[in-house]
This record gives sequence, structure tokens and C-alpha cells, in this order.
Amino acid sequence: MTIATPHISVQNLNLYYGDHHTLKNINIDIPDKKVTSFIGPSGCGKTTLLKTFNRLHDSSLEVRVEGKVLLDGENIYDKNAEVTSIRKKMGLLSQRPFPLPMSIYDNIAYGPRIHGEKDRHKLDEIVERYLKDVALWPEVKDRLKSPASRLSIGQQQRLCLARGLAVEPEIILGDEPTSALDPKSTQKIEELFLELKEKYTIVLVTHILRQARRVSDYVAFVYNGEIVEFGPTEELLLHPKEKLTQDYVKGFFS
Amino acid sequence: MKFRIVKDKIAGSTMLVLTILSVLLAVLVGWGLYYKSLPLLEKNTLWDLLSSSAWKPSKGQFGFFAFIMGTLWVTAIAVLLALPLCLLSSIFISEYAHPRLRKIIVPVVDLLSGIPPVVFGVWGVLMVVPFIENYVAPHFVAYPMGYSVLAGGIVLGVMIFPLIIALFLEVFSAVPREMRDASLSVGATKWQTVKFVLLKKSLPGLVASVVLAVSRAFGETIAVLMVCGSVAIVPQSVFDSGYPLPALIANNYGEMLSAPEYESALLFAAFLLFAIIFLFNAVSRIVLGRIKKRIE
Repeated sequence: MTIATPHISVQNLNLYYGDHHTLKNINIDIPDKKVTSFIGPSGCGKTTLLKTFNRLHDSSLEVRVEGKVLLDGENIYDKNAEVTSIRKKMGLLSQRPFPLPMSIYDNIAYGPRIHGEKDRHKLDEIVERYLKDVALWPEVKDRLKSPASRLSIGQQQRLCLARGLAVEPEIILGDEPTSALDPKSTQKIEELFLELKEKYTIVLVTHILRQARRVSDYVAFVYNGEIVEFGPTEELLLHPKEKLTQDYVKGFFS
Repeated sequence: MKFRIVKDKIAGSTMLVLTILSVLLAVLVGWGLYYKSLPLLEKNTLWDLLSSSAWKPSKGQFGFFAFIMGTLWVTAIAVLLALPLCLLSSIFISEYAHPRLRKIIVPVVDLLSGIPPVVFGVWGVLMVVPFIENYVAPHFVAYPMGYSVLAGGIVLGVMIFPLIIALFLEVFSAVPREMRDASLSVGATKWQTVKFVLLKKSLPGLVASVVLAVSRAFGETIAVLMVCGSVAIVPQSVFDSGYPLPALIANNYGEMLSAPEYESALLFAAFLLFAIIFLFNAVSRIVLGRIKKRIE
């Protein structure tokens, strides 16, 4: 499938974890301001693929990446590419929320401060705005100074989303962001994604087919380190072309 | 009752008894030392013993101030020297070093902690003492002398180095990788992540590690004894000689003059050491509690 103006374009990407060939010749275009989901069984490489987008593998020295990931046409694996500015363009939501060991306020202000924002009023504005964006503001506005770890898991995950949004990224990466949440919190996060895709390109890793169907515009089926099939959500989930995809979406294996 | 349930009960109570015994041992040691120092305490007020630095056993004068200060000087120097170095090297090993390099460094550091104290003492006498005497002290004092609390502090610092690093590494490894990723993914550099997230999250653990290391440093005897000079004066600078409590005990116990209360005085020294470590630990626990509450 070809996308006219891809936001992220992965070209001939190979990733080796030690001797293990984890991602095999990945080619995929992630469309701008849409939700794209990676589905597939555990261990198929979908999370690994997601993490290549913001170069989170850099810190694992056993990992070797070959090929290109173009972000707005520029290769993020280029020697001159500056990794912090690449990561700033992408908010990351992990499987479990990991609030930083500081107050609710400081969690949101963390990113802007890292990038040099010192103005107290501006920081106040940023904190309020993004807590509102993730619908957390009413719940926490009276206890911004209390430790983020005291929030419920669902609230923590929304806090982490706001923390990522506060550095004004273009892309949101979600690595099974609802897998630790209860149904209610899951629903909230999903609703947020549907709102946020107006402004952001969203890439989700999920193993819940119904979730992929509820929130995404495009779905890619990843299996054994390869992209088996990629297409619009309805088409891929209801009328998959490949035998493997058919078996997966029918629940023959997971 | 089923046999496995009986077994469970027996296991539980056996372990309880053993635990009580080990706690009791600490109490017994403290009480024993106190009991043995009673003869001294009956003749002198506690304040006199602690505040006087006159040490003339043959005349029955026992002032411990110089020894207490000697202990504090040496330990403080050791910690001040070791702490920044250990912090930076453990950050390097944990966050920056290539896994292959880490696999080499960590066993070497562990090996360092296996070297017997007396070897460190000899190293101190052969290298640290002359170095201070010939190259460092002459710049600061008129009558340079190598046998000093600085030498003791350096040797002791090197000795607690591996312990602190091992403990720090343990603390850092308890911080989840995802928390570092969370910081990195908003565009923070590695160093920013270390400063604002790793160290903050680890602070209670780091403090607890330092407490452990300091408690050990207080009691370290032989290596310190060999390089400190063993002169019962209150050190006025790092280049003065000192006479820490453990060295006092080790040097004199068993070969006591027939002066009355001498044995009692040495056991009081041991009791003091015990009390210092106990107090230090108690205060640290309170501090640690505060820090934990603040961070969570």
C-alpha cells in the first residue's frame, strides 16, 4: 500500500539483537495525522519496530539497526541526526505508566524544562493545558504538588501521555498503552487517541484486535519480524488478503 | 494436623528464635561493654570522659575526646573522598559503559573488596604516607609528616570504595529501564536523565548505602592504625596525626599497663564506638524516612 504523504517512512529496515535477526526488511509508510496500529502475536517484533522510531534502542548496545527511518523525509539513523530532537518530536506511552519520581506538576514540566523553558507562568500554562488535554485537570488541579506515584494507574497513564504532549511532539507512539489499565481507563485513553489524531500522527502497538478496530485508521499485521500485510483497518481486519493474517484475525493463533 | 503444616510452623518458629538470638547478640555486646566500663564510669563523669583529651593511663587520666575526633576525622575524610568518586564511577558503569566493559570492571571492583585490610595498610605506609610527607604536606604545613588523618582517610576511602560502588550499582539497577526511557523519550540527554531521574529515584538507596559504608568505616582498624600515627591529640588539620578509637583498642588491649581502670577504659572506648555507630544509624534512619516520604 502506498501513502501519498507519509509522516514516517521505514525503508529496508533490519534490526539485529545480538545474533538474532529481529526485524526483517521492514518497509512501511505511516500516514500523517492518522492512527496506525501494529498487531501481531507476542514476540513478533511490533514493539521493537515501534522503538526504532524514536531510537530507543540506542541505549541497548547489543542492538544493531540497518536501513532507514525517514521522519518528514529525513533519516533519523543518519550519522548527523541528533537523537534528542528526534525524540522530542515523539511522545511515548509504554505498557505500564512510568511517572517520573517527582510531583504531578514537575512530571508535565519536565520536558519543557529539559528544553530550556524557565518561565514560571509559561510552565503553569503548559501544565494546565496538557492536563486538560488528557482530561486529568479536574482530578488533580488541587494536588499538583503531590507525588505522581499517588495517582491511580489509569490517571498515571494519562499523566504520562500529557508529559509526552508537553514537548509538542508531532507523533504519539503507544506501546500497548492500555494493557495495564482497567476497562474504564482504557476507554478514556482510546477516546483521547481519537481526539488527538486531529493534531498528531499516532502509532499504536496492540494485541487487542477490537482496540485496533475501534481506534485505528490503518493496521499492519506483524509476524515473525516481518510486516505480513498493511492496509486500512476494515479491509485488513475483515477481508485480509494473506492466509496468515486471516488465521490471526480469526483467532486461530495469538 | 497435616505434616506439612506442622513443618511450616516449626520452620517459622525456628527462624523466629534465630532472629531473636541475633538481635539479642547486639544488645548483649552493648550491655557487656557498658558493664565492663562501669568501673571507669564510677570514678569519672561521662562528660569528663568525653570532653577531656588528656590520656595518661598511668596517672589515671582517661579523656576520649582526641580519639573520638580522630575517628570522626578519618571517617569523614574517607567518605568525602570516596563518595564523589564512587558516585561518578558507578554512574559510568551502570549507565555509560558498554556491557562488555562492565563485565570486566565489576569483578575487578569486587576483587578489590576481597583484599585484606593489612595489605591496604602496607600500601598506605609504602605509598600514601611518603607521598603526603614529600609532596602534599610541605605545601601547607611547616613540619610535614606523612602519618596523618589524611593518610588514614585516603586508605580507608580506598577500602570502602568497592563496597560503595557495589551497593550503588545495586541501587541503580533497581530503577526500571522504562523510567529512563520515559525521560529520554521527551528528548532528555543521558546526563539529564541521570541527574533528574536516576539520582532522584535512587536517593534513598544511595543514602542507605553510604550509611552502611560509613558504619563499616568507623570500625575499620588495622589499615588505619598503620598510617594514622597513633598520637593522642585532637587533629587540627588533615596533616595532623590522629588516633581513632579502634586503633586505640587494638594497640593496647592485651598489653595493658597495670594502671587501674585501664581495661575498663579500653572497653569504654569500644562502647563509645558502638554508641557512635548506633547513633549514626539511628539518625540516618530518620533522614532516610524523610527522604523516602518526600520522593515516593
